[in-house]
Amino acid sequence: MTETEPVAFPQDRTCPYHPATAYDPLRAARPLTRITLYDGRPAWLVTGHALARDLLADQRLSTDRTHPDFPAPTERFTAVKNRRVALLGVDDPEHRTQRRMMVPSFTLRRAAELRPQIQRIVDGLLDAMIEQGPPAELVNAFALPVPSMVICALLGVPYADHDFFEGQSRRLLRGPTAVDTQHARDQLDAYFEELIDSKQKQPEPGEGVLDELVHHQLREGVLTRQEVISFATILLVAGHETTANMISLGTFTLLQHPERLAELRGDPELLPGAVEELMRMLSIADGLLRRATEDIEAGGTTIRAGDGVVFSTSVINRDQDVYADPDALDWHRPARHHVAFGFGIHQCLGQNLARAELEIALRTLFDRLPTLRLAAPADEIPFKPGDTIQGMLELPVTW
Amino acid sequence: MHIDIDKDVCIGAGQCAMAAPGVFTQDDDGFSTLLPGREDGGGDPMVREAARSCPVAAITVSETVG
Repeated sequence: MTETEPVAFPQDRTCPYHPATAYDPLRAARPLTRITLYDGRPAWLVTGHALARDLLADQRLSTDRTHPDFPAPTERFTAVKNRRVALLGVDDPEHRTQRRMMVPSFTLRRAAELRPQIQRIVDGLLDAMIEQGPPAELVNAFALPVPSMVICALLGVPYADHDFFEGQSRRLLRGPTAVDTQHARDQLDAYFEELIDSKQKQPEPGEGVLDELVHHQLREGVLTRQEVISFATILLVAGHETTANMISLGTFTLLQHPERLAELRGDPELLPGAVEELMRMLSIADGLLRRATEDIEAGGTTIRAGDGVVFSTSVINRDQDVYADPDALDWHRPARHHVAFGFGIHQCLGQNLARAELEIALRTLFDRLPTLRLAAPADEIPFKPGDTIQGMLELPVTW
Repeated sequence: MHIDIDKDVCIGAGQCAMAAPGVFTQDDDGFSTLLPGREDGGGDPMVREAARSCPVAAITVSETVG
């Protein structure tokens, strides 16, 4: 790249399903370039697909956000970065131990077993929406409650508390201020303290993942109480915010591509591939963070120990050396190797569940409401700022 | 064809079983394993794709040498 001022990262998208147009110089600078973070600190941005896969799998890059050199994308991230985050925030060998406790609950088989329950949840929410509408606001009526109900059932968290934890998750991820984010962490900690207390008082464990953790790992001293809370927080937050955004933004994207939507509705066999292509195209978790623990030779240069390394999944997933015509939605391309779920040891634990939820939610939504359309001009519908998980803030629809 | 799965490295993402369900599955602990009778890949063209899908490079595919 030429010696120009590094681009600021992250920045807001111009269109909710395309990378920020401000990233155009970054897209041209493959596989590695420089960016400036909110606090003025420089960092590396990985933009090439092959290099991203290599580096995301490279254990010389740490995800321990408590380290002072760890890069921060926002002021509110800095405010809570000294607090430990299970799974995503720990390196091997500790990470391996944690992940292995969780894996049996998130296998392909487990996701397949949950499909009938997911279908019932989706059907129930659409029944209610159809009874009350049209019109409807799809984020609150459908996109958010689907994954929220599913993760509650899987974890053993009472869905009755959803207003509370959805609100705290929103503040945790979007602030807007650092105080909001700190407060949300405190509130979620206190909530899970109480939930663990009530589960400990039950003579027989319930069926949720948290019941299992409380009645086995916590009782046997394998996990501390604080670790159980940390697991519960990340599983609950990651389990509903991400999928909710994929449903809302996926629906918006399909409605903006009527030919692709018609093609998909004409051939349900295309659906699994379409979910992968939507994952690639939307890349909602855009900006994965790492810190180099050693010097690393990469992309013809040296990443120095202590440097911050950021992965822009939206840019990586549009590497034209891997994806021809990368800005086009194409159900027939092999999209499988996208990095929207990450790569390496931290690749999304819930990806198989997410795929099942997306397939069922999108298929059933358009089956039940074949005339679904936006109820406001597309360019007036608000979407999330660039410094958090991408998705629609609202999605007014009618049918 | 010889397929080797490093179970110490496997993180149970299930990508191999999704890419080549005729060869790979997940055991009760969630880790990658080969389906009985498919230890040699059974000629499935998706085996290499499954290995490439693995986020932690736990799968090694080699041509059988005599």
